[in-house]
Amino acid sequence: MADLSKYRSEIGSWLEANCPSDLLGLSMTAIEGPWGGKKWVPDYDSQRAWLERCADKGLTAPTWPTEYGGGGLDKAEAKVLSQEMRRLRVPPPLIGFGLTMIGPTLLQFGTEEQKREHLPRITRGEIRWCQGYSEPGAGSDLAALQTRAVDDGDAFVISGTKVWTSYADKADWIFALVRTDPDAKKQEGITFILIDMDDPGVSVSPILLISGSSPFCETHFEDVRVPKSNVIAQINGGWTVAKALLGHERSMIAETFGTGAGQRRQTMADRAKGYVGADAEGRLADPALRERLAQLELDTRAFSLTVQRSTDAAKAGHNPGPESSIFKMYGTELNQRRQELLVSMLGPNALGWEGPGFEEAELSVTRDWLRSRGNTIEGGTSEVQRNIVAKRVLGLPD
Amino acid sequence: MQLVLSEDQELIAKTAADFAAEHSPVSRFRELRDAGDPIGYSPKLWKEMADLGWVGIPFPEEYGGADLGLSELAVVLEALGRSLAPEPFLSTVLLGGQALLLGGSDAQKKDWLPGIAAGEKIVTVAYQEATSRFDLHAVETRAEAADGGYRLSGEKIQVLDAPSADAFLVSARISGEARDAAGIGLFLVPKDAAGITVVPQTRVDHRAAGLLRLDGVVVPADAVVGEPGEAGALLERVVDRATAGLCAEMLGGMCQAFDLTLTHLKEREQFGSLIGSFQALKHRAVDVFTELELARSTVMAAVRALDADAPDASSLVSVAKARCSDAYVLATNEGVQMFGGVGMTDEYDIGFYMKRARAAELTFGDAAFHRDRFARLAGY
Ligand SMILES: Cc1cc2nc3c(=O)[nH]c(=O)nc-3n(C[C@H](O)[C@H](O)[C@H](O)COP(=O)(O)OP(=O)(O)OC[C@H]3O[C@@H](n4cnc5c(N)ncnc54)[C@H](O)[C@@H]3O)c2cc1C
Repeated sequence: MADLSKYRSEIGSWLEANCPSDLLGLSMTAIEGPWGGKKWVPDYDSQRAWLERCADKGLTAPTWPTEYGGGGLDKAEAKVLSQEMRRLRVPPPLIGFGLTMIGPTLLQFGTEEQKREHLPRITRGEIRWCQGYSEPGAGSDLAALQTRAVDDGDAFVISGTKVWTSYADKADWIFALVRTDPDAKKQEGITFILIDMDDPGVSVSPILLISGSSPFCETHFEDVRVPKSNVIAQINGGWTVAKALLGHERSMIAETFGTGAGQRRQTMADRAKGYVGADAEGRLADPALRERLAQLELDTRAFSLTVQRSTDAAKAGHNPGPESSIFKMYGTELNQRRQELLVSMLGPNALGWEGPGFEEAELSVTRDWLRSRGNTIEGGTSEVQRNIVAKRVLGLPD
Repeated sequence: MQLVLSEDQELIAKTAADFAAEHSPVSRFRELRDAGDPIGYSPKLWKEMADLGWVGIPFPEEYGGADLGLSELAVVLEALGRSLAPEPFLSTVLLGGQALLLGGSDAQKKDWLPGIAAGEKIVTVAYQEATSRFDLHAVETRAEAADGGYRLSGEKIQVLDAPSADAFLVSARISGEARDAAGIGLFLVPKDAAGITVVPQTRVDHRAAGLLRLDGVVVPADAVVGEPGEAGALLERVVDRATAGLCAEMLGGMCQAFDLTLTHLKEREQFGSLIGSFQALKHRAVDVFTELELARSTVMAAVRALDADAPDASSLVSVAKARCSDAYVLATNEGVQMFGGVGMTDEYDIGFYMKRARAAELTFGDAAFHRDRFARLAGY
């Protein structure tokens, strides 16, 4: 405990001394944050300096081992770090699928050489990653994927189409699932492989979403040669890796959306008062809206406490309990309720698409609401999550 | 605040679970119900629980207690809640005992707490009236100055464990209007005081309760617990603690109801399949499971916040009571539905849990009440 408070004061003064002052107080949600990569154009010049300083100190990946560019912190120290960052209103230096998905997966399954090649470049924000799982015919039934990888000596030759690949147009590398054995049982013929998007034969076409932006793409592979040294774990052993990565993805999604972290500093209640007013005692004037808000905030509190319970149990050395299996499902459903409530709160002001008559913050409520509908689809739909919990946790029969 | 059981708490939980399995299966509650005895619990088992140290958990050592917290008591209450043990924790340890501990004079504490901790005395709080609903300050029972003391008149309803109580802590209005927070006193009234009538009530959950009629009951000035006129605030503190304890009991009950349901889903066959293979039921079972997991976190947080005197303790109690009320009702409604016809029979236990869920939901405020309170505490 004494050590922790020492770490707290050390890291606090370091953050204060090193974070460029024009970044203080900027809230960056996972969607508009510093993703890094070769094509990255930061919103603020100072973001690059901030990224470099943090990367030098291992703070972009606080819990990864130092030899791969991480900070070597234990869970308790990492918690202190994020508390201090929140307190000092310091924005994250780097976000993205490298840190949250492929990095942890490489730490678990990668060879020493693969770790040394990829992890430091992730922590320094040099390479941006995307995820090539889904295909037109393989969504919830992911193992039905058809992208072919044909053995050609020391390489595989890959052809096929991935779809809904988030940010493929901005990414440098893709981690993909490909079929290496078409004759085996469907889960047993899949290989997990890393592909450089600059390789000849890779092309992407953006897809426009209902929210008006096009964060995801169709990704095409036409006879792309990929060295076998890019295979993670065994050839035909990719399904296990794929599932482990999905675990990381789901906890990331739950954390990003579920606990209301990354929300604006003005509380929902204050925003609501601005739109519907309050009575003499400070109660929201619209009782139905007030009840919905209370329910949402109370449920958000219960959810955060459950995430905390899971972390506390892990720190105390217990195996992950069944509570963690519900995070993706509940966290995303909670976020959808939050976005819907914001729309109700704004009333007609939530109907803006662009142009005059709507505030910037109002326009983003509209877009965030539309975007949030995807939360219960991406990373495994809520129905699929329920199937998984029913089977694995509750032991219900097929 | 760490949301994880300490080794000591795990040990208490295990002992309580073993005890409940051996001495207090649901069949024991069924026998008590069938016997129709107004006391409604087993004084012998209560004494054993006291001898194990559980009854004295939240009381200081000088009064024969273990000087532990609600966090420790909660694991016992959860284990006993699983098998619907009707022993008087809520009335005596959480309401009466906490009121005396937080508000009582040295003499009152010395007179009553050791007996409570030893499992020999039952002291309950009579706070509820016919029109008070969940408002602790809605008190119409009058306390008029008389002979240097007070004369109490009025009627209290559903006083928990009234038939076995040795004393009542009665809220009564010294001054002010029917719903004012100020002007309420809490009075210690022994069961044999002149002018008292206890009429046992039979509730849907078959927990012991009764009407308490006070017909000009005269008590001395030193019968007041805490400051005269300021019991409104004291009651809120006491009921916060009692609510957290009740939530722990509810958590045990909802988990057991869900376990019964899951077992049924894995045993009952229709259309040539186990009914647990039907996706319509699977997904609903997952939703119940989710509610239980959230409820558990909120209960752990509430008792820890109270033990630490945290500034957000009351808010967390409301979070817990709102979540537990909804979750227990959902788990038991879904339970009865998934049992099908047998779920409607008195012979199956699931119905007991459904009734207890409602009774617990409507004790100390339902989910809507606590969401309103949560919003008020948050300033909207
Ligand atoms: C915003 C967003 C970002 C994404 N980013 C990526 C990415 O970067 N990389 C990537 O590879 N993929 C990505 N995806 C794809 C995502 O993983 C798939 O959309 C998802 O797995 C569902 O597959 P599908 O779209 O084919 O729907 P389908 O599988 O066709 O599902 C349609 C409906 O049927 C239901 N359903 C299907 N099977 C069952 C079942 N067994 N029981 C009950 N109901 C069932 C589903 O729940 C859903 O409601 C993204 C998706 C979104 C929305």
